[in-house]
Amino acid sequence: MATITSKAPSGATGTPGWVRWVNDHRKWLFAAPAMTFVAALLVFPLAWTGYLSLTDAEGSVRAESEFVGFQNYLDVLSDTTRFWPAVGRTATFTGVALLFEMVLGMAIALLLWRPFKGQKWVRVAILLPLVATPVAVGMMWRLIFDPNIGMANQVLGWIGIGPQPWLAGEHTALPTTIFIDVWQWTPMVVLILLAGLTSLSEEPQEAARIDGASTWQRFRHVTLPLLMPTVTVAILLRGIDALKTFDILYATKGRGGGSFHEVETLNVYAYGLSFDYNEYGVSSTVLILFFLIIIGAMWALTARRKEARR
Amino acid sequence: MSLTACGGGDGGGASDTVRVTLANHVWTENVKQALPEFEKQTGLKVEITQLGEDQLSDQYNVKLNAGSADIDVMMYRPLQEGKLFARNKYLADLTEQVKSESWDFSDFQPGPVQSTTYESKPVGIPIITEQEVLYYRKDLLEKAGLSAPPKTLDELKAAAAKIKESEPDVAGFVARTGKSAAVTQFSSFLYSFGGDFVDQSGKSAVGTDAAKQAYAYYGELIKDYGPANVSTDMGWPEAMAIFTQGKAAFYTEANSLYKNATDADKSKVSDQVGFAPFPAGPAGSKPYNIPSWALGINDASENTENAWKFIEWATGKEQTLAQQKSGVPGARTSVWADPEGVSTFPEDLAEAIAASTENGVGHDRPLVVKVAEAREIVGQPIVDAITGKDAAASADTAHTAFQQFLDDEAE
Repeated sequence: MATITSKAPSGATGTPGWVRWVNDHRKWLFAAPAMTFVAALLVFPLAWTGYLSLTDAEGSVRAESEFVGFQNYLDVLSDTTRFWPAVGRTATFTGVALLFEMVLGMAIALLLWRPFKGQKWVRVAILLPLVATPVAVGMMWRLIFDPNIGMANQVLGWIGIGPQPWLAGEHTALPTTIFIDVWQWTPMVVLILLAGLTSLSEEPQEAARIDGASTWQRFRHVTLPLLMPTVTVAILLRGIDALKTFDILYATKGRGGGSFHEVETLNVYAYGLSFDYNEYGVSSTVLILFFLIIIGAMWALTARRKEARR
Repeated sequence: MSLTACGGGDGGGASDTVRVTLANHVWTENVKQALPEFEKQTGLKVEITQLGEDQLSDQYNVKLNAGSADIDVMMYRPLQEGKLFARNKYLADLTEQVKSESWDFSDFQPGPVQSTTYESKPVGIPIITEQEVLYYRKDLLEKAGLSAPPKTLDELKAAAAKIKESEPDVAGFVARTGKSAAVTQFSSFLYSFGGDFVDQSGKSAVGTDAAKQAYAYYGELIKDYGPANVSTDMGWPEAMAIFTQGKAAFYTEANSLYKNATDADKSKVSDQVGFAPFPAGPAGSKPYNIPSWALGINDASENTENAWKFIEWATGKEQTLAQQKSGVPGARTSVWADPEGVSTFPEDLAEAIAASTENGVGHDRPLVVKVAEAREIVGQPIVDAITGKDAAASADTAHTAFQQFLDDEAE
């Protein structure tokens, strides 16, 4: 502020009042578009959802609803038939998918790290799943995994393995969707890790090689620690995305995550509450809780990252 | 909220453009073909948005919830969403409009009209009616030495067993298996066993002996004689695919979808499909006979007059007859009385439909406000029975839950 006011008098004579006003408030003015955008598209919807979660809104959000305090939260948190199993499935889905994606992603990134003949083509092929739209991917795998007319069982038949239920099975549906997620998103992890690997300097590797470290030792004690910041970024990005997965699950199993809610994660559950049951109050409650879970997971990861830096 | 403002802004006044939202259906394809004629007659422009059933519901939930005026005419499912939409005041009162004499409201079948009426005011015009019939494969029946399609549910089971035994690659029977999707097609089984979802006094009836028998029968038919590794997510597209790929001998489904089975472009067995009335159970043959779709006017629309013009044309005698001739069963009595109106149906299908309209039940799902939730509750025993769990125990659980649901809704 001091600098602005000290400058103002120099040109003050003859400058219209509004120019001076603009000059005085420029830090607010320049930030205004971005702030309006954030307010309209983030703060307002979030606040509205928060408000709805405290009401018994159902049927139509324009219909009259009553303020019920934290009743919805009590109901949802004590619901062991839909809510907690959905939390469990969300955690399983994210945890298992993330684990496979990181391990596979790291392996593929290491393979692609050193230049080799035809590398360009291999890279393109590996990145292909990433550019397909998840709904189309879901539909494709749904056809492949159809227990009666799908290709997967035909291929299994050639090598003498009997038909599997895949997406149709009560206990095989979730693993199958995890497989689809891994198929689609491992390339993204590869991409991030590869970027990290390429930026690593050669010296520590050479030093380790001269000291007689084996390939595994070099990976474990040189490459991995140096790559840790990138790995954390990959986990963070992919983890949050996996938590929020909806498209693949909905395209393969439909409403409610299948007849036994086999793949009903929190996102699918909240969607069903809104669009099938029109229970806007309860749905908002689930979404707010889900939001808190994601923030919690993010916080835990970034806290670890800071700790590791220290 | 800003979206609402935009929607209201450009929809102002009686525009010459009527915005119509329709579901993917043979009916819609026919309307699109006939549309130029309507546009020429009236000088109006019709903008059609076409969506799948589920996407259509979601679209309505979003737009109508926001009070958006950018839908004028809406195609909706009276039994699925009718009560909810009317209660939420999404549907305009059509009392004045239906008085149009040349259009003749009294020509509509009373059953369908009842389900598009809310608090004794008409809020929708039924366009498509549906009855459940038995689809079957003539060649497979002949091969198995059966001279005629089964007349009772016992015969159906025996025939399905026989075919599955002689043709290991072909299922004896297929039908919808998804918890929610199966409810409507299961309802005819339930009625034919003497049950219903709700009894006379408004209490849950899914725990009765009749209901338990129906659940067990339907589940067993699919578990024992259905496709191997049957999925419990099948709606009509999946079940129909199995039938039209030649992988099943019998299939119970809504007649309005019959073109999918008899059209050579869509079906590998188009020349071998036969139709029969719904087989009789202990309580006789009691298929549903319902209005599956209706047209309504968005209460927030600012173009109601032109919207009605579209409805008046699309539900008029001429269009209804044309629709029915192309295979869409209509809701006007005159088109059923007209020999021309039934001329294009396969003969056995016309007979099956006639039988269904005679002894049909006017609903195929619980008649409540929150239909989606109710369907999931009463549908649970279906999937439990299909996967080999105890159908009776599951029906008892569903009964308790459904009674609770009804009590909540009555509050």
